[in-house]
Amino acid sequence: MSKITSLADLKKRREELKSGLDIRVKAIDPENVVQVKVAMATCGIASGAKTVMEFFLEQLERRNVAAVVTQTGCMGYCYAEPTIEVKLPGQDPVVFGFVDLKRADQIIEKYIKTGELVDGIIPVNYQSIDLKE
Amino acid sequence: MKELSLNILDIVQNSIRAQADEISISIDESVASDLYRISINDNGKGIPQEIMENVTDPFVTTRTKRRMGLGLSLLKYHAELTGGSMEIKSLINRGTEVIVTFSWKHIDRQPLGDIAGVLVILIATNQKIDFIYRHKTDKGEFRFSSKETKEYLGTDTLYESALLEDIGWMIGGNLKEIGASGFNLRESYKEVI
Repeated sequence: MSKITSLADLKKRREELKSGLDIRVKAIDPENVVQVKVAMATCGIASGAKTVMEFFLEQLERRNVAAVVTQTGCMGYCYAEPTIEVKLPGQDPVVFGFVDLKRADQIIEKYIKTGELVDGIIPVNYQSIDLKE
Repeated sequence: MKELSLNILDIVQNSIRAQADEISISIDESVASDLYRISINDNGKGIPQEIMENVTDPFVTTRTKRRMGLGLSLLKYHAELTGGSMEIKSLINRGTEVIVTFSWKHIDRQPLGDIAGVLVILIATNQKIDFIYRHKTDKGEFRFSSKETKEYLGTDTLYESALLEDIGWMIGGNLKEIGASGFNLRESYKEVI
């Protein structure tokens, strides 16, 4: 990839990208796509929310998931940061806590793609078989 | 917070909550003058006088979910560790400016970190806000505006992750060019995926 140092380089790059499918731009109605909200208050940022946000922004598109990723303030679960809220179309939102990149990967592959719950749900009313004694 | 860019990401959240549609982040650094100044300026609804008096008190916040606000107090603490200071100016319905000054050479001044990544996140998740970033060093100056970039590219939105990544590289490359100190680009996720 050539070095991008100016807006002109960026414009050229965008022309190259135009042929690719951008599912997020095409998703006009957020109600019909997966909505991911990353909590980005002081507690979240200090715990790694930026990396989690970058991961979702990049990986949902790369894995062909029609989604809208937004940021939100503190959801009140400072002890469990980074936290994210995921809303699948037509379903109630689910909040996941202690989201590192491994859990973020699980959330995309299991919860978002297949609807299977994964650990880390807040309030803690669910545990996968792996964590049950 | 380990990096100043994370503090910036945090403070900008206040501007977003204040419904600003133009947020300007300026960094002026000079080794010769031993100065590292960050200024965050917005055109949001401003800070009410009663909050302004105690705005850097960690137990003062406008939030309702939890009654603590650590962002400004943390940044002020970091600045004062280096002998620097924080100044906040605000006018109701006009906007707020937060100016933080550090000693450039002080060992306790954190590195800037991944400012390009921070700007990319802000642009991607707040499409209606114009983010202006200006960075001045002894060697030169770099300026970026998300609104001007969109206008130049002929688009209303910047969503494509490949394009956002390119914007990050463009910002990083220019910062390197002007000799900005302490910035880095984000780490790869390869070991996770």
